[in-house]
Amino acid sequence: MDTELQRTVIDPPGALNLPSIRELWGAREVAVRLAQRDIIVRYRQTFFGIAWVLLQPLVSAGIFTIVFGQIAGLSTGSTPAFLFTLAGMLAWNLFNGALGRASSSMVGNQSLVQKVFFPRLLVPLSSLASVALDFLVGLSLAVILLFVYGINPGWQVLLLPVWILLILLLGTGFGLAAAAYMVKYRDVGYVLPWLVQVLLYASPVAYALTEVPATLRWLFDLNPVTWFLEAFRWSLLGSTPPISWQVVALIVVSPLVFLLGTLIFQQNEREFADYI
Amino acid sequence: MFGAVPTSQAAIAVSNLGKTYRLGAMGERPSTAAQAAWTWLRSTGRANFTLFDALNEVSFEVAPGEALGIVGRNGAGKSTLLKILTRVTAPSRGQIELRGRVGSLLEVGTGFHPELTGRENIFLNGAILGMTRKEIQRRYDEIVDFSGIEKFLATPVKRYSSGMYVRLAFSVAAHLDTEILAIDEVLAVGDAEFQRRSIQKMRDAASQGRTVLYVSHQLQTVQALCSSALLLDRGRLIYSGTVEGTLEAYRDSFESYALAQADPDNRPGDGRLRLSSVAMADEFIKSADPIVIEFAAPAQPKLIGSYFISIHVNNDQGLVIAQCDSRLTGFWLDPAVPQNGRIVIRDLWLKPGAYTVDAYVCQAGVLDAWEGAWRFEVLPDLPYPEFTEASAIEKGMVFTNYSYESR
Repeated sequence: MDTELQRTVIDPPGALNLPSIRELWGAREVAVRLAQRDIIVRYRQTFFGIAWVLLQPLVSAGIFTIVFGQIAGLSTGSTPAFLFTLAGMLAWNLFNGALGRASSSMVGNQSLVQKVFFPRLLVPLSSLASVALDFLVGLSLAVILLFVYGINPGWQVLLLPVWILLILLLGTGFGLAAAAYMVKYRDVGYVLPWLVQVLLYASPVAYALTEVPATLRWLFDLNPVTWFLEAFRWSLLGSTPPISWQVVALIVVSPLVFLLGTLIFQQNEREFADYI
Repeated sequence: MFGAVPTSQAAIAVSNLGKTYRLGAMGERPSTAAQAAWTWLRSTGRANFTLFDALNEVSFEVAPGEALGIVGRNGAGKSTLLKILTRVTAPSRGQIELRGRVGSLLEVGTGFHPELTGRENIFLNGAILGMTRKEIQRRYDEIVDFSGIEKFLATPVKRYSSGMYVRLAFSVAAHLDTEILAIDEVLAVGDAEFQRRSIQKMRDAASQGRTVLYVSHQLQTVQALCSSALLLDRGRLIYSGTVEGTLEAYRDSFESYALAQADPDNRPGDGRLRLSSVAMADEFIKSADPIVIEFAAPAQPKLIGSYFISIHVNNDQGLVIAQCDSRLTGFWLDPAVPQNGRIVIRDLWLKPGAYTVDAYVCQAGVLDAWEGAWRFEVLPDLPYPEFTEASAIEKGMVFTNYSYESR
């Protein structure tokens, strides 16, 4: 017992509460197990099991292709409409999944938050695992389709991990801030899905940016979702290159949003148990 | 013992600890943004909340290897103290120094997921309670042995009986290797054999030099388990020292507690209706006599719908001996008129000693929670025709009306 005892000092929360990397690393097992739980529980007692991961992006990309391509007659440029939409869907779902899961994770795990201590940041971060799994399965599907359609995206495919990281940072950043506010005000849980839905239709997921009327174009240009959709599709499908200022904006804004989200989350972290 | 330990060696050193909660004007926090905005607009920035000190100026030290019992009545701040010590919530004032990792057991089965198997839950729960993967793997077999449910490890715990569930959950928790272990009334669940093993486990923990914090309403378990204790009363530390001293202080503190509770403003509950009196005709009764408790409540025409009352009889250790809920007898009260009523408790043969009465008035929520509303004593004459030596009556919580017959 006389070996080095870990010494902890508990103080009232200060104004700026930066996450302790040492503590996060020390409790990494919690994140691993929570992530494992999320994934296992999703597919346990389902008949199709993991096939759902494949089915969902395929069907939603199919519907979007029909609605926007066939019915509305919007062009997707030189890329086959289905592949174009699927790639858009993948990037969108990664963003939306990170945002949605991170934001609802605290309230979803409230029994834990009220009972035991561990760095709270692990809860939203661990919720990203199942989002990442969905994305990877969807991405492999898209890669197979690239071969089927005989499309070679070119060297820019190497930049794909960068876009993926930036999308995750952007979605998680918003998600962390939303999670912190949802602990206090459940309204966030109602408003957010609705906002996200609006954003989905206001983003060029299933149609090319060139289809947007010139008068509305500035709105689309300001939308960060446009930024990453264009960059992601350029890397994966070799479609038209993204506008360079938007790429720069994405690289600057995403980490900034993540940092801000983390700060907002951490600022409220120690009071979560009192409000949840 | 207390105070004798220099700060540098104490396992836990708490100094001037305080926790203040902000309560909204209605006694609740706004839970929607619209509500918050509305409250803010109405108050136009004025502080429109009340502050509630759940804990104030609490200082104590615990030596390594000590088993400390934390006792106090409802709302005394016991659970808040434990939550701060286990870092679930943050203090508002003061400082705590902990030497060693803290493992907490505030509720059995924290983080158990019904869809996961027993095995999966052991790993999940272990991690949440603060064990590393290596620790869990090393102690996995012990955990399984202790739980006694080897056969069901591959079954989702939603198919477990509640007994099995508790056994598994406790087994994981009992194998926490942290230097400081915090426990909040978990021994109340589980069967007798399992309780015995659990108490043994806690004793082992303390004898291995680990520090145990034990929060309980049941003074008996504190007596059985702890080497020292402290008493909290309305957020303040009243006594710390030996277990016997604490129990005595607990009994003595009733007077001041009852006096404070007689003022409705000090009582929990949303206050939309408050009892005006709870009393018995005499402070002394004989065992086997019916217990008659009278109560009165003013009219409260603004309250919609009828309400009910629940009266508890507790022994001097704070254990609820009888809960008499008026819903069970179909007795409801109309808030439109003043109410004068009484409850007659028959066939509850209390053993000689001091008892207290709690009265709760409820609808969907609790309107008034009046603990320590009355105190009475049961006189030491026995309700039985014969008397023999003391060993004939020392066991058992209450007397009963029995007869032996040969057939």
